[in-house]
Amino acid sequence: MAVKSVIEAVREAMFEEMKRDPNVFIMGEDVGKRGGVFLATRGLIEEFGEERVIDTPLAESSIAGIALGAAMQGRRPIAEIQFADFIWPAVNQIIGEAARVRYGTKGVLHVPMVVRCPYGGGVRGGLFHSQSPEAYFAHTPGLKVVCPSTPYDAKGLLKAAIRDEDPVVFFEHKRTYRLVRGEVPDEEYVLPIGVADIKRAGSDITCISYGLMVHYCLEAAEMLAKEGVNVEVLDLRTVRPLDKEAILESVRKTSRVLIVHEDNRTGGLGAEVAAIIAEEAFGHLDAPITRVTGPDVPAMPFSPPLEDFFMPNPEKIAAGLRRVASY
Amino acid sequence: MPVKINLPQVGESVTEGIIGKWLKKVGDTVDRYEPLVEVTTDKVNMEFPSPYNGKLTALLVKEGDTVAMGAPIAEMETSEAVAEAQLSAYTPARQERATTPVGRTGVLLKDTRPVGPTGSGVETPVSESAVAVAPSVSAVTSAQMPSSPAPAVEAARGGQRYSPIVRSLAEQHGVDLAQVKGSGLDGRVTREDVARYVEQRAAALAKAPALAAPAGQAAGPDEEAVPLTPIRRIIAENMMKSATQIPQAWSALEVDVTSLVARRESAKDEFLGREGVPLTYLPFVMKAVAESLKENPRVNSTWGGDKVILKKRIHIGIAVATSQGLVVPVIHNTDSMSIAGLAKASNEIIQRARDGKLRLEDVHGGTFTLNNTGVLGSILTQPLINWPQAAILTTEAIVKRVMVLPGDAIAVRSMMYIGLTFDHRILDGADAGAFMNSVKRRLEAISKDTAIY
Repeated sequence: MAVKSVIEAVREAMFEEMKRDPNVFIMGEDVGKRGGVFLATRGLIEEFGEERVIDTPLAESSIAGIALGAAMQGRRPIAEIQFADFIWPAVNQIIGEAARVRYGTKGVLHVPMVVRCPYGGGVRGGLFHSQSPEAYFAHTPGLKVVCPSTPYDAKGLLKAAIRDEDPVVFFEHKRTYRLVRGEVPDEEYVLPIGVADIKRAGSDITCISYGLMVHYCLEAAEMLAKEGVNVEVLDLRTVRPLDKEAILESVRKTSRVLIVHEDNRTGGLGAEVAAIIAEEAFGHLDAPITRVTGPDVPAMPFSPPLEDFFMPNPEKIAAGLRRVASY
Repeated sequence: MPVKINLPQVGESVTEGIIGKWLKKVGDTVDRYEPLVEVTTDKVNMEFPSPYNGKLTALLVKEGDTVAMGAPIAEMETSEAVAEAQLSAYTPARQERATTPVGRTGVLLKDTRPVGPTGSGVETPVSESAVAVAPSVSAVTSAQMPSSPAPAVEAARGGQRYSPIVRSLAEQHGVDLAQVKGSGLDGRVTREDVARYVEQRAAALAKAPALAAPAGQAAGPDEEAVPLTPIRRIIAENMMKSATQIPQAWSALEVDVTSLVARRESAKDEFLGREGVPLTYLPFVMKAVAESLKENPRVNSTWGGDKVILKKRIHIGIAVATSQGLVVPVIHNTDSMSIAGLAKASNEIIQRARDGKLRLEDVHGGTFTLNNTGVLGSILTQPLINWPQAAILTTEAIVKRVMVLPGDAIAVRSMMYIGLTFDHRILDGADAGAFMNSVKRRLEAISKDTAIY
């Protein structure tokens, strides 16, 4: 097994799927000649040509719209939204249309498309390069929403997303792209969408998260281990559909829960996870379900100290864990 | 003044860079914006310009080194005020100031003097305005912290509020939570506290000298040591309490239940068909006992040290033999039920006892115990009181005997002994006799007209 970065894993997943299936193609801003703003598609145009690696105008509604039409005709498009912050013009195509095609046509048509979105902060990106809009999509039936945290998960889940018969919004945390490295098998593999993963087994508190925050939770868990508290870190990996059983099973074991996400607090994924636990594992709780999240402010601030203030980090998560542990 | 030069953040996904060629060397005088060093990253290659005018005093990284964004790479001597550097660095000193509480958020109007051509401006000293930014930051800091479990904390402080898992564990193990020392916030009882308590209780019971074999005594060569089950331990504990703490006396008398037998015979088939449960003698006895307890309230009581505590409610427990051992499920408010109601309630609770499915409330709150030893064929039993109650009544086997009736007639009658063990601190023989006669009178008064429903 080789150690790879998340960006390499993403690139490999697309490369392998394009090799495997001639219906797979990529479109987006700068994905061709420049290899993508994060170089996720570097080398693909040379391998597959400009008919399968398509540079588009700066128009997200048409990127998603053309991908939607092609998918309904049997192609398997990967639409890259350069930054998740730019996805709003494409929301009608994704939520208003793609999510409803199978339902609205009684299964006659379906949309096997992937929308790839680099998202998240902690990169000094300011208001328009840092947002976490996954909750808007996770709210929508008909979509699958994936937020991997490691190279292994990113590759296996992106391949699954490309092969999926229905629309998948695939959020890649841009801070993890080059920061997070991990082993990726040489042989081919695909991971199931909708299955969470215990990244660290523990018995005292369940810490539930996804994306970059999983790594911060793992760091915080190590801090708590030194204080005698054994934290289980559950990586949701997919935020729609949520792996309810994995959530409930862990909570039944520990009775205490901290949910962590970078996205704003109100109406974030943490609220949904907390509601599931309250409804289905209430009898097992020994402490209030608690969240550490980004604050309810309109966007990621540009000022570095303010960005640091916005972002959850291992220290803030450890403080949250201590609070839950001491209840 | 000396300053550190940090590798800047270049590109949003880039976390580190490789140092290329240094374009200046130590001792060189450098102008601001003059290229200092080449930096290569996965995404971009660039020449990093000097942020200051000054003299390069040290290179902290070598060509080819991989350096994290934000890490120091060189030192310079500059005459410039390094305000810029302080602004871009998130230093602890700054953080400290941000969290220093400030009593006000602005400048009071009366403390200002008019400035500018219209006289409407507000002149504020620079140091004041710098501090004035701080409170808004500290206010947001507290707002953004993980939501405090404050309301629940209040509840825990105010009274006995327990979390769902603590409640269910307590129920499962029969733990009185008031006895458990809490280690959580404000002394809250946690899941771990209950688990620890149950463990310690089991250990203490195993060690209790009155219950365990005398110290040092192990099973001999022709003996077998059978470990105690939890229920055996509890029975042992309760029986020890009853035998050692209550001075017990016993009395028995004989009841002619011929008409009761006849009444039951006449009703039982129809009752079974209609209700699905058998009609036994038990509900008749329970009803008679409940009524007699009302008539003799001291029998339905407990010893209170310097007083007798009368129980206003009548909750009769029934001793049931199960494969696990003796249990005493309770039929609450026994006096409010008809014979049919008692038949159904007792049938259900006895079944649950035998299936090992009793709930905590099923065995709690008994005020008097009924022990139907007749099913064992016994004709006289001297039971121990179910501590801390005042008395326990046995009903023995119903047997046909030749009896001499008033007027010296001889007849075959269905006869049954009832026996009462009672707390002699609370009751004397006369009280016990009055109570038993009350039961006897009621049982003997049962006729073919006695209502089942």
